[in-house]
Amino acid sequence: MSQQPNKLTPFFENLNFERDDNTMVINFGPQHPSAHGQLRLVLELDGEQVVKAYPDIGYLHRGIEKMAENMTYNEFLPTTDRLDYIASTSNNYAYALAVEKLLGIEAPRRAQVIRTMLLEVNRVISHLFFLATHALDVGAMSVFLYAFREREFGMDLMEDYCGARLTHSAVRIGGVPLDLPAGWLEKLAAWCDKVDHEVEHTYEALLTENRIWKMRLEDVGVISAEEALSWGCTGPMLRGSGVKYDIRKEEPYELYSELDFDIPVAETCDSYGRYRLYMEEMKQSTRILRQLIPMYKKSEPRLMAHAPQYISAPKEEIMTQNYALMQHFVLVTQGMRPPKGEVYVPTESPKGELGFYIKSEGEPYAYRLKCRAPSFFHTGLLQEILVGTYIADVVTIIGSTNIVFGEVDR
Amino acid sequence: MRKYTPKDNVQGKSYYTDRFWVAPRVPREEVEEGSHFEAVVNALGNQIKESYIEVGQLVVHIDASENFSVLKTLRDECGYKQCSEQSAVDYLAQDGEFELFYQLLNHTEAKRVRVVCRIKKGEAIESVVPLFKSANFAEREMFDMFGIKVNNHPYLKRIIMPDDWEGHPLLKTYPLHGDEFASWYEVDKIFGKEYRDIIGPENRDPAKIERYDTKRFSRVGYEVPFGADISEGEKEQAIEYSETILVNYNAGTKQLDERK
Repeated sequence: MSQQPNKLTPFFENLNFERDDNTMVINFGPQHPSAHGQLRLVLELDGEQVVKAYPDIGYLHRGIEKMAENMTYNEFLPTTDRLDYIASTSNNYAYALAVEKLLGIEAPRRAQVIRTMLLEVNRVISHLFFLATHALDVGAMSVFLYAFREREFGMDLMEDYCGARLTHSAVRIGGVPLDLPAGWLEKLAAWCDKVDHEVEHTYEALLTENRIWKMRLEDVGVISAEEALSWGCTGPMLRGSGVKYDIRKEEPYELYSELDFDIPVAETCDSYGRYRLYMEEMKQSTRILRQLIPMYKKSEPRLMAHAPQYISAPKEEIMTQNYALMQHFVLVTQGMRPPKGEVYVPTESPKGELGFYIKSEGEPYAYRLKCRAPSFFHTGLLQEILVGTYIADVVTIIGSTNIVFGEVDR
Repeated sequence: MRKYTPKDNVQGKSYYTDRFWVAPRVPREEVEEGSHFEAVVNALGNQIKESYIEVGQLVVHIDASENFSVLKTLRDECGYKQCSEQSAVDYLAQDGEFELFYQLLNHTEAKRVRVVCRIKKGEAIESVVPLFKSANFAEREMFDMFGIKVNNHPYLKRIIMPDDWEGHPLLKTYPLHGDEFASWYEVDKIFGKEYRDIIGPENRDPAKIERYDTKRFSRVGYEVPFGADISEGEKEQAIEYSETILVNYNAGTKQLDERK
């Protein structure tokens, strides 16, 4: 390195030519459009081959775990939206479930149905986003436009339910805040049909047998099952390596034990296998959503768990009963005080295993909250799978890991 | 008398706690005989200090010096092939210790074990990267956030905070809004420490919102119509911009960079 960074003279940090050997160090990101957020990747290249890859993260660090220690449990919930901002409800839900496990309460049936619906809608939204950006990175521009179209309709559904398109906060600790609006189920069913139709007739028709797509994805970013396990890969990254493990099936939460769905697995361990997996998962999600519609109709209209020590009573009670109002006042001003203890609750977010570890010392503030984000570990994996690949495949592999920097940096 | 605020834990605190209130505890269950977890406990033998089941997961307390051998046993003999998470909890104020935990997952049994150990302040822990590569990033994050050194880690370096950062943000002694170093970080880095006085705390933050400025941004928390008069008779003070931004370095009398 001949040029040292100093205070005033510009420093061309992207390229470094003057080295003794033949390798070139190239800086990818943190503002690269294919970096899926704020990924900085320092690549050492020998010709076009990557010799060393060093993922550098932290450009979107907001200290969410620190904020959790300084907020009451209910205050913190909207902050979890900003983790995986592509599928906010999954984060809200994972956090709410962890706190519920700590409190030892369970959401009523209707809330469970609504939550499961929202989770699956979010999964499809997230997978469509993956497909759109991954295809765009590889060069298939039109898929991006088509996939975003259906994603917009999915976000319209979320907007109809909770009023927000990206930062939903659609789940509360102990249930959901609202019942479904009128006509929502019909819209959901129509959207499921549309997604199914588009997946089969647009995305798969455009990509699955596309010669360029296959050449760009097949045998690119191969991760063996042992590697995937060792690097902490979860979700589609793990199932893409032939390990059939889905938390929804193996450690069921919410209504997943009652629902009928399959867990797709890809044996090829490459980016193409993972792409097929995502497509199949979308079909499974719409299958789950269709099963949930009759379940909703059969459920009783209760939305929040009854646990007066931790959760405010329904609005009618607060407005009519003095004691409910007093409890509500204490819960809002001081916050709920869960029992002492620690809990780690994993959930299957669209990206993989999203878990919240909460250590409670019986205070209204969590003593320690650790968010186990799947993308964090998938980013760590990059330093190994990128080595030996060609620079043209780097973007494909990053796209295929489906990392979102909101939850990498937290 | 000024209210006492503890310096060893500056995190959020409840403003009121009933003095007779005793927090209950999440129920802990014994390890059942014949269960998968009993086999795990037997495999670890006397390396376990304490074991119980909390919310469906086995929690195993071990000695910090045995973390590698315990995790190796769990991985090779009990089938815990994945380390989902690894981090620490700061108990320096109470015990002068960190509590470290390793969250492991067995895919065939769909069971989870949390291995917990404690280390004193300033002590290091052995890296488990040879067993689980996922610990590579997790241990780096722990080092970054708590300052816990990890022996034999392949690349122990700050991961989320900048390399030249001072302090470890998740310590209980670290305030939520950052310490003095954090608040002057950009100024120190771009202009140098001696410019703190010239720039001043009021211009330190380019996103700062002036108290009476309703033209560009209304007061946070007290939203008012655009351009409303909220001075309540107080004399308006001109908004002072950072001199370092507006000053023409060539024409000005004040030579900022005296070192040249």
